[in-house]
Amino acid sequence: MSEPAKGFPLPSSVKVVPGTEAAQAAYPYYTQFEPEDDEKFWFYNSMHFPEPMHHFDMITAEAAYVAMGAFNTRVHVLPTAKGVDHRIINGRVYIGGVAVTDPDEIAERVAEFQQRAGYYYENWEDLYAQWKDKMKALIAQAQALPSPSLPDYEPVKTFMEGDAVPASHDLLKIYQQQVEGYHRMWHHHFEFLLLGYGAYMTFFDFCKKAFPEISDQAISRMVAGMEAEIFRPDEEVKRLARRAVELGVDHHFTDDISIEQVLADLDAVGNSGKEWLGELEDSRNPWFNVSSGDGFYHYHRSWNDDLSLPFAALPGYIEKIKAGADITRPTAQLIREREQLVADYRELLDTDEDRAAYDQLIALAHRVFPYVEGHKFYCEHWYTNLFFNKIREFGTLLVEHGFFGPDGREEDVFHLTQYELESAIIDLMLAWGVGTTPRGVKHWPAIVAQRKAAIEEWGKHTCPPALGNVPDAIDDPAINMLWGITRENLDSWLDDGSENEKELKGFAACSGVVEGTARVVKSVSEIHRIQQGDILVCQVTNPTWSPIFQKIGAAVSDIGGSMSHMAIVAREYGLPAVVGTGKATTRIKDGQRIRVDGGKGTVTILEDV
Amino acid sequence: MPTPNPSRKREGSVTNSVAWFADVGIADRPTVGGKGGSLGELTSAGIAVPPGFVVTTSAFESFLSALEAREGIRDKVEALDPTDLGAATILSEDLRTRVMEEPMPAEVEQAIMAAMRELCPDGQPVAVRSSATTEDAEDASFAGLQDTFLWVLTPEDMALKVRECWGSLYSVESMTYRRKQGLPEEGVAMAVVVQQMVDAKCAGVMFTRSPTTGDKSVITIEGAWGLGSSVVSGEVTPDKWVMGKITGEISQRDISDKHARQVPAEGGGIVEVENEADIRSAPCLTDAELGALREVGRTIERHYGKAQDIEWALNKQGNLLLLQSRPETVWAMKDAEAKPVSAPSDNPMAHVMNIFGGRR
Repeated sequence: MSEPAKGFPLPSSVKVVPGTEAAQAAYPYYTQFEPEDDEKFWFYNSMHFPEPMHHFDMITAEAAYVAMGAFNTRVHVLPTAKGVDHRIINGRVYIGGVAVTDPDEIAERVAEFQQRAGYYYENWEDLYAQWKDKMKALIAQAQALPSPSLPDYEPVKTFMEGDAVPASHDLLKIYQQQVEGYHRMWHHHFEFLLLGYGAYMTFFDFCKKAFPEISDQAISRMVAGMEAEIFRPDEEVKRLARRAVELGVDHHFTDDISIEQVLADLDAVGNSGKEWLGELEDSRNPWFNVSSGDGFYHYHRSWNDDLSLPFAALPGYIEKIKAGADITRPTAQLIREREQLVADYRELLDTDEDRAAYDQLIALAHRVFPYVEGHKFYCEHWYTNLFFNKIREFGTLLVEHGFFGPDGREEDVFHLTQYELESAIIDLMLAWGVGTTPRGVKHWPAIVAQRKAAIEEWGKHTCPPALGNVPDAIDDPAINMLWGITRENLDSWLDDGSENEKELKGFAACSGVVEGTARVVKSVSEIHRIQQGDILVCQVTNPTWSPIFQKIGAAVSDIGGSMSHMAIVAREYGLPAVVGTGKATTRIKDGQRIRVDGGKGTVTILEDV
Repeated sequence: MPTPNPSRKREGSVTNSVAWFADVGIADRPTVGGKGGSLGELTSAGIAVPPGFVVTTSAFESFLSALEAREGIRDKVEALDPTDLGAATILSEDLRTRVMEEPMPAEVEQAIMAAMRELCPDGQPVAVRSSATTEDAEDASFAGLQDTFLWVLTPEDMALKVRECWGSLYSVESMTYRRKQGLPEEGVAMAVVVQQMVDAKCAGVMFTRSPTTGDKSVITIEGAWGLGSSVVSGEVTPDKWVMGKITGEISQRDISDKHARQVPAEGGGIVEVENEADIRSAPCLTDAELGALREVGRTIERHYGKAQDIEWALNKQGNLLLLQSRPETVWAMKDAEAKPVSAPSDNPMAHVMNIFGGRR
């Protein structure tokens, strides 16, 4: 237990890292700390934004908080919690929730909330079906947007057949539509999410009262959905492995292969190779639109952008299939196991009243959960990937026009804020029309270099887990859920200085004790380094990493809770896992021997490299 | 170890001096005591219990009749003033001496010694434990008054320990307890369990609900090296595990420094020896063994329909054996007054509203 005297630093006491002042100032004015912020409580959103933010990527925080706030405050009208304010300093996103504490206002909001949430819960399946249609239409719209490009002369058909609006205008239209679409996607994202979590949390709360020592993972296992889209990409890799064996092209897939070479070889070997490539195309659209991260940063690329991950998994799956194993996800069996678990806990309840409430709550949780698990594929993965790739196309265009200097790369575009990017696009539109060189050619290279250096510098500095005064309302369950913080989190953050250096704590995601060699993997491109039996240590894992779960002995992540997708998948694989350690990738060195206790949620560093 | 076939049925065994575990159950408590009945019940339920028999209350009654014939016993106890400790001490010494010195009725002595020879054809050691017949004897205050003798080697010694168990009914604590409760001496009887002894690699206890929160979804297991007596008596801090009853997840592992263990002594009885450095801080159970214990715990709990307090041992071959199981009492009493977890409602929405509305 921490001493109450301990506290967090005030926002005003956090200094901008010297030399990065200009990069800090370039974030939008409404994200800069101001003196009044010392009165409030802020915590570092390391769960969603564990790394310093590229200036463009701030749009993810902004669009998400616009949507979340609107739904909490104005659409669902949550009684005790409004939206989340955000600030950025040294590239780190701090957030602070706005609580409702006035009893009259809460009462007024309860009445509104009952009507609104009631409508959602009562019509959940229909609304969710509509939601999928809306998301698919939005995705189709984004896919239909052309690549931005500027011809030397406008084709004659622009005025003969079209509206005689030149290509430069399309740049603005495509860009603005993408930004609009990204905001719209985040509104869709939050339409059901909190209500879904609320139903889950209510069941969670019931279980914790009925079974004070029940583990979070046991509750999660009772709730976990079975048909969610998140499992599909991995199933597609398995399907491709099976097809490779059936078509007799499986020998092309080995460890340490060049993907381009394999694709070329398959194209050259005849019909069976071409048929497999056709199967690959089927899988890629849409199932390979999964991000190898959580989709919050532009550099979390999808499988479609980088086939390393599925190709790293293919040899293992092929080997299993040839050995006669059935590797298909045993959905029916998983459902039976889940139902058995639900029944076994039910049997432990004492009264008919408790059993009745339990039945109601688990049924509600099962109804809402397909959304909670499924939405990520459409939102954070598929749409976000389309969005960042479209911005990347603008990057390519700007590089072509010299905006980022002779060594400019398309990725440089992400060092501009969304407003700066729009100004650069207008600059380009002007120059193309006027017939001059864009001013940006001289303006941006130095700024991009400065920001690149700032991001690198910020990454070397740790930041306080929280700032300001801890509010009284911290024990409200809705606040815990929405903001992801609890008394225990705060106590452990305050205790951070005195903790055991050899031990990290996180959420117990899947039980089991495993010792092995830590493989600290910072991006998908390093996947080939993982050897059989290694312990995967990474910032964030999600379903897209699951194909390599067959190879590893345990998994540890910086980010994620017991209901995180990684935790769900780890439990399916029976893979010991600890998630949300906060600092595994910085504290554990590659090659160290570590022990993972997935039941206790601890990771112990056993020896140095 | 060679074991006699426990499923063999014997005619009218319960009216005899000796009743084998396989032939008795909880309903036979009045003649075989709670411990004997429970071991019988577990044996019939297919749980691995070291084989044994009960020296029934009928054996005790015929022994007591012989004593009473010589000089009154029960009337002297009933006349005792429970506040007069001096008188109780003198009476206790007198009665226990008589219990130790009175010859055992020949048919009783022959029956129990024959049973021991049948149970232990190769001279295996046994444990001799008193097995009280009254419900309230499960009360901790009474249970502690009863006797257990470990690693008893010969039929003669066993018969002596049976007498000592009988004599424990006339300990100062036991007699004054009965007098304070106003229990009539008529009907006070003692059965004695004689059970093949497990030379345990490790042993301990298991609760099928949490002793700290009463949670029925977890199983708590405590264990240490050697015989379980070191854990039950509290002489060694045992290793402790908490596991999900349903899921099997191990949520807590407290591996302690187990400085010593109790082992059989040469010539009978037990002796404490220092644990070697390499095992002191090593867990005494593997995860697989914990899993096996959980399975047995669940089976027994299902069999009785209530949470159990279990004593277990792992023999040198690694086989799990159950030494005793009795209902958990502390939390069972609290359950009677527990409120529902969540007030019933027609619509699950109401529960969600309560959470979101901050009304809990």
